[in-house]
Amino acid sequence: MTDPKPITPPESCGDSGCGTRREFLGAATAAMAAALTGCGTLSKEEFLQHNFRELSKQEVQDVIARLEKEYKAKYGKDVKVANTPAIPGVIFGYALDLSRCIGCRRCVHACVKENNQSRDPEVQWIRVLQMDKEEGVNLQHADQYYNPEEVPQEGHFYMPVQCQQCKKPPCTKVCPVGATWREKDGIVVVDYNWCIGCRYCMAACPYGARHFNWGEPNLPADQVNTNTHYLGNRPRPKGVVEKCTFCIQRTRNGQYPACVEICPTGSRKFGNLLDKDSEIRYVLENKRVFKFKEDLNTQPNFFYFYGV
Amino acid sequence: MKRLARSAGPAPIHSPSCGAVPRKDIPMRFPILSMLAAGLLMLLGSAAFAEPPTVKPPAGTRAENPGMPEGIEVPKPPFSEGIFPCTSCHDGKSMKPNLKRRELTDMHTDIVLNHGPASRWCLDCHDANSRDSLHLASGEKVPFTASYLLCGQCHGDKLRDWRVGVHGKRTGHWNGEKQYLLCVHCHNPHSPRFKPLKPMAPPAHPEEIQARKGGVR
Repeated sequence: MTDPKPITPPESCGDSGCGTRREFLGAATAAMAAALTGCGTLSKEEFLQHNFRELSKQEVQDVIARLEKEYKAKYGKDVKVANTPAIPGVIFGYALDLSRCIGCRRCVHACVKENNQSRDPEVQWIRVLQMDKEEGVNLQHADQYYNPEEVPQEGHFYMPVQCQQCKKPPCTKVCPVGATWREKDGIVVVDYNWCIGCRYCMAACPYGARHFNWGEPNLPADQVNTNTHYLGNRPRPKGVVEKCTFCIQRTRNGQYPACVEICPTGSRKFGNLLDKDSEIRYVLENKRVFKFKEDLNTQPNFFYFYGV
Repeated sequence: MKRLARSAGPAPIHSPSCGAVPRKDIPMRFPILSMLAAGLLMLLGSAAFAEPPTVKPPAGTRAENPGMPEGIEVPKPPFSEGIFPCTSCHDGKSMKPNLKRRELTDMHTDIVLNHGPASRWCLDCHDANSRDSLHLASGEKVPFTASYLLCGQCHGDKLRDWRVGVHGKRTGHWNGEKQYLLCVHCHNPHSPRFKPLKPMAPPAHPEEIQARKGGVR
């Protein structure tokens, strides 16, 4: 910062003597924030906000109120930002049936719709890989840009890849500011207000599951999903990393993730790993299951299986 | 769409059909009931019902789903427009049942049967005398709303997985009410292979992406 903006006390007070120390400091902070971040629209509160995990209950409420006000101004809609905590005794698990997936990408677009991703350019949290049956799960023979008239294509199978919600997530380990962490129910989340956009986590993730908003996310107001979670699908600012959260705004309320709901083949299974009667446990106990890139010891809570 | 509460108490077991089959058949149809205790439970349980259910739930296998499979409530079968009830034409009076295997030429010509061996035909599954129901290989009648029992005669492994929510689509709540679909909602029973779909748009190639200027950071 070689050329910080000059800080001057507010001038509009005239002789009424209202140029108090508090107002002066407020303006000074805002000016500093503008100078430090190189732009003028960051509010003082946002600039001074702490890491989400360090906030008191009252501060969380204030932050959420501020965000809801900002979203209202931006989209003209009442966006509800929830702060639902993890359900005790629940660790989420996900299983995807590779013998059934036909690669229709319904999940990809249901996810975009549910999670308020940028539409243009479209940020997609799920990437469906078309693989050769002869090669098996071999990333050297994977194509994510396939676009034939009909799927499935002869001789191919399809493997959707999204955040694997690792028990040992390399992405959280490398974050220099602690803006991303694993919640108690196993969901790896990002505090978009604390993320500095260094993208170390993207380099660390072996699944390509994290995505960066290079530009201002282009989310048309009429397509905003107003049911959001602070750590999930609330509209993001430019310059932060985002990722699949198992639809935290849905699953913490008992619903299935949007990708499970949309899948026309029923390939996607979701549930509580700690509930021995859950679908996910049935899959793990009775089907042929594998973890993607198991050799990296990331220990995903996302499994692939063969249902037949 | 009706719902099934997984955590509900012992749900009443609805008899899906006339209940003509002797109960001794039951363990044969569900070989997964291998445990003696489960069998005992079954016998004790069935004694309590005045009207014996034709098919027992797999007691003890998925403890949280009492009343399955007859407690499974499913949406209406996907009939073609105006086709049901079948008895509006097949009333047994104006049209006598013709049990001869033949190619249909007057009606239902749109149905192409591509399911199993070539010798299969309509009345293997549809009941000639009670047209509004299906029948199992044993002759036992099942309603269209429980057609999964019919499918399960050959595809027992799929039926087992479907009951526990692993084969087929589930929507609703992972820890509560779920919505089920019948086999025939996804598989046309006359030609059951899952139909190919047009894939939705692929991701943009990186070189096509233009970040927008502006924004707050």
